[in-house]
Amino acid sequence: MDPRQAPPYVPLRGHPLTDDEFREREASTAWAPRLEYAWDAGIAISRFLEGLGQGAIYGVRCRRCGRTVTPPRAFCELDFKPMDEWVKLPETGTINTFSICYVTWDMKPLRVPQIPAVIEIDGTSPRVGFLHLVGGVRGRTVDQIRRQVRVGMPVRAVWKPPAKREGAITDILYFAPVRKRA
Amino acid sequence: MSLIRRKPQRRVAIIGAGLSLFMRRALDTGKELSYYAASQALDAAGVRRKDIQAVVMATAPDAFDGVHMKGEWLLDGAGGVGKPYLRAYVGGGSGVFSIISGWMMVASGLFDLVLVVAEEKMSSCQPHPQGAFLTIFDHIIERPLGPNLLWIFSLEQQRYMAAYGIQNEDIALVSVKNKHNALAHPAAQVAAQLTVKDVLDSEVVAWPVHRLMVSPISDGAAAVVLASEHVAQRLTDHPIWIQGVGWCLDTSYWGNRDLAYPRYVEQAARMAYEMAGITEPRRQIHVAEPYDPFAYKELHHLEGLQLADRGKAPDDLAGGRFDRGGELPTCPSGGLMGVGNPIAAAGLMKICELFWQLRGEAGARQVPGNPERGLAQAWGDLMQVGTVAVLGVR
Repeated sequence: MDPRQAPPYVPLRGHPLTDDEFREREASTAWAPRLEYAWDAGIAISRFLEGLGQGAIYGVRCRRCGRTVTPPRAFCELDFKPMDEWVKLPETGTINTFSICYVTWDMKPLRVPQIPAVIEIDGTSPRVGFLHLVGGVRGRTVDQIRRQVRVGMPVRAVWKPPAKREGAITDILYFAPVRKRA
Repeated sequence: MSLIRRKPQRRVAIIGAGLSLFMRRALDTGKELSYYAASQALDAAGVRRKDIQAVVMATAPDAFDGVHMKGEWLLDGAGGVGKPYLRAYVGGGSGVFSIISGWMMVASGLFDLVLVVAEEKMSSCQPHPQGAFLTIFDHIIERPLGPNLLWIFSLEQQRYMAAYGIQNEDIALVSVKNKHNALAHPAAQVAAQLTVKDVLDSEVVAWPVHRLMVSPISDGAAAVVLASEHVAQRLTDHPIWIQGVGWCLDTSYWGNRDLAYPRYVEQAARMAYEMAGITEPRRQIHVAEPYDPFAYKELHHLEGLQLADRGKAPDDLAGGRFDRGGELPTCPSGGLMGVGNPIAAAGLMKICELFWQLRGEAGARQVPGNPERGLAQAWGDLMQVGTVAVLGVR
């Protein structure tokens, strides 16, 4: 592109490097930070995780707006009031949306794709889904998976065996498509 | 319902713009890139660093550079030494938020000349800058599932498509249009002449997202000079006025949002429209630079901005409405999909493009019909912020 034909009409500055130039340059310095954190789960999520360890999904209800949400939160971010009415929810829900991911965060290929999804648990208010995974699906290609997983499809939680649960979101291994709700 | 108390009385103009090259990997440091863009904007405005009364710097996550408080580190390149200096940071929304911040400084009456600079150098982060985004996910209930940034985009695109029956061919056309428009941009990193088939033949990274529907990793910078009315009129015959600004953030519980429709972008747009006195955006806005880090986002945002009906932006695109010669040209610069995506700098690049388009100076990129009003929008954080600026010739 001739810079005279389009703004900013002056030669633009910058020195692009090729991959090889970048890798071979001695003037660059590498540093791998090592930072460690110990996070507290908080009032609401601690109780939610305890429930997962016992094979139950808990939600909370706001007395003011009436919303029931999971994962729970200590306060309603809209009404700014405590959200402390706890409800035990079923382990079934609906796929709000899903994806079929073939790469890791550093763009390495995945032979077996991940199927992240936003799951809306039955008994919660409309559109209060949360991130989890869909599993129990055969095949690896987009076409194979799309034949089995669809937006709006009912799903059911598949749990780790009780002895292996640790009070974590991963105590639910994934949500599997179900033909009919129990 | 009114979104602002009163229309600000002091008018603010853009009087100069500058850019660096956008590159996959620059030898230049972030300070050097910032200096290139900032000094070019000062030259274009006909002012010197010593005339500038305050500086705004936009740059996205510190984790890209591995430098804590990189706003302060970049100060020298932004021309901020010895001056009131502010880092504006709302993730991907930062580029447009930078001029909103600069606008506040001038509209308030505090200053008459403010330099706004935006920079990003993503390439330092190894092995891939996506690593810098891993910590945006909730550490207790999301990170153990192994998420990466592509997940939230692919989930949102799929919800958008499922809600309205949109096909991936419709989405791919955004990549085709913007990469084509970028052929006329001297800073462009990934300009190309492609077909919808080329885009859909590129590998699936996270279905429904294909590789050519994703903006690249980029290093680059952009800058503008803002002036109060009396100073602007002394310095240029063609000031471009900031007629309205708006921004809004939605909940961080992103799974609780309607992923098919960005209501926070609508809210930001309504605030900017109210300030600009816009009642019929589709008639009163003549050129738009919506934020396009992923192909579907341009369409999603045009709907939030009230510039297309819900679920219908793909039809408008296919019908040519958003082409450079169409009824409402969108991303005539080539956008993030074509020029590149040095995050904060990409948002400010959109403001630079409107500055040139509205002055009729855009040359090979000029949209026809003497546009008098344009809109730029950016978006970011955990898919939760909309930042909007409406610019015009009067």
